Amino acid sequence: MSASDVLIVGGGQAGATAAITLRQLGFTGSVVILEATAELPYERPPLSKDYMLGQRTFETCLIRPARFWAEQKIDILTNAAVTAIDPTRQQVTLANGRNFGFGKLLWATGGTPRRLTCPGADLASVFTLHDKKDADAIAAKLDVPRRAVVIGGGYIGLEMAAVLRKRGHHVTVLEAQERVLARVAGEALSRFIEAEHRAHGVEIRLGAQLREFRGANGAVTSVVLVNGEELPADFVITGIGIVPVVAPLLAAGAAGGNGVEVDEFCATSLPGIYAAGDGARHHNRFAQGEWVRLESVQNATDQAITAAHAIAGQAKPYEALPWFWSNQYDLRLQSAGLNMGHDTALLRGDQAARSFAILYLREGRLIALDCVNRTKDYAAGKALVSSGARLDASRAADGNIPLKETLAG
Amino acid sequence: MVDLVVIDRTGAEHKFAAAPGMSLMETIRDQGIYDIKALCGGSCSCATCHVYVDSEAPLSAMSEDEDDLLDGTSERQKNSRLACQVILAEGMAPLHVIIAPED
Repeated sequence: MSASDVLIVGGGQAGATAAITLRQLGFTGSVVILEATAELPYERPPLSKDYMLGQRTFETCLIRPARFWAEQKIDILTNAAVTAIDPTRQQVTLANGRNFGFGKLLWATGGTPRRLTCPGADLASVFTLHDKKDADAIAAKLDVPRRAVVIGGGYIGLEMAAVLRKRGHHVTVLEAQERVLARVAGEALSRFIEAEHRAHGVEIRLGAQLREFRGANGAVTSVVLVNGEELPADFVITGIGIVPVVAPLLAAGAAGGNGVEVDEFCATSLPGIYAAGDGARHHNRFAQGEWVRLESVQNATDQAITAAHAIAGQAKPYEALPWFWSNQYDLRLQSAGLNMGHDTALLRGDQAARSFAILYLREGRLIALDCVNRTKDYAAGKALVSSGARLDASRAADGNIPLKETLAG
Repeated sequence: MVDLVVIDRTGAEHKFAAAPGMSLMETIRDQGIYDIKALCGGSCSCATCHVYVDSEAPLSAMSEDEDDLLDGTSERQKNSRLACQVILAEGMAPLHVIIAPED
């Protein structure tokens, strides 16, 4: 049986970062990454942006060039999906039936796209967007302008709507909630983003209830709403979130439910087994101590760094500030902190001038902010959220006063 | 090729020549130097590739976004740049680069 001192399951942002960090910390034991797909570690954000548009090659999306992994003595086994974990015998089982032993294990498999279950959801040309294969399948549809329906008004759906409009497609976004970005952004930002997309020619349907997909010759031809309305569609992109891939861990007895629970060192409840990234539920100091799962590059990276430190015997707790970004058209969206539990939302800047920020306060302290084309506020705001700064609300709402000069007296 | 001297956070000096066309961030990262996180992948959306750059010739101009992001770091100096925004070009003067402390 093959074995390694550290076995990393999942070669995405978290898995790659953990391996690199182990070497950075001087860890000299063997490190193996088992990756379910055929690809070396790459950045996912470009998939719904410049990679999809053909403005960037896949090679430039690689987290490191192929030679780097060899130089660092990090072995990456591709097409190696893990189906079971035996924590007592310290081995995993691969889909091909082989076992692989480990000293320490890091689970970094992220999630898999949530799939619709309505009739017709398995028709051809109903896409999800999660990995390179998905992106390439969608990109192959982009050359000839068509009618596209995007299901889900979250970041992926909206970034795709922007890409599709850029390539001349007719785009309808169906969102089940009463506003886009409902799960992550305040209402003012949702309304602004909806207006921007509509100005770019995107049709946005809020409160849309999906009934089924209809097709011909096995491929989708239309999307039918519960109210009976039928929207013609040459292809459909669903962006309705992810489901954490943690079943083998939970089956092995790890605590969890929606994801796997980890402590401040990214350790699961199973000895010697760690988790990082989209699937790791943790108490976040920026979530008022609530359990959260964060689906972001920042969290995947910083949790991986935390886990690597613990594995290398240099444990330090996870305290990183959450931050996020998105690019749509010429809009640069940047967010820091987590706005859950805010009691006040302040708008600063000028929505008409397309440069503004929404500040989220709780008991006078800045806990999060969303910025649109407002990098100066974002940069200043990160430091203020980190330090739990109290703001003078009336000054903070004045976009002419630098944000860092709006502290409460 | 562009000649580079990069000082990492341990103080170690890395001397190498890099092909033009890539960003300074990608060049440093691909060289196996660990300290550049570059979380946003070079889209000028974070400040995790902050470096201090000296060169005998002027570098490309700084965008407002880069300037704002650098302003948000506590370690800014007059030769601060985001490495993802410095593109290596044919015939470029040698660069002396120090990776800024983690913010």
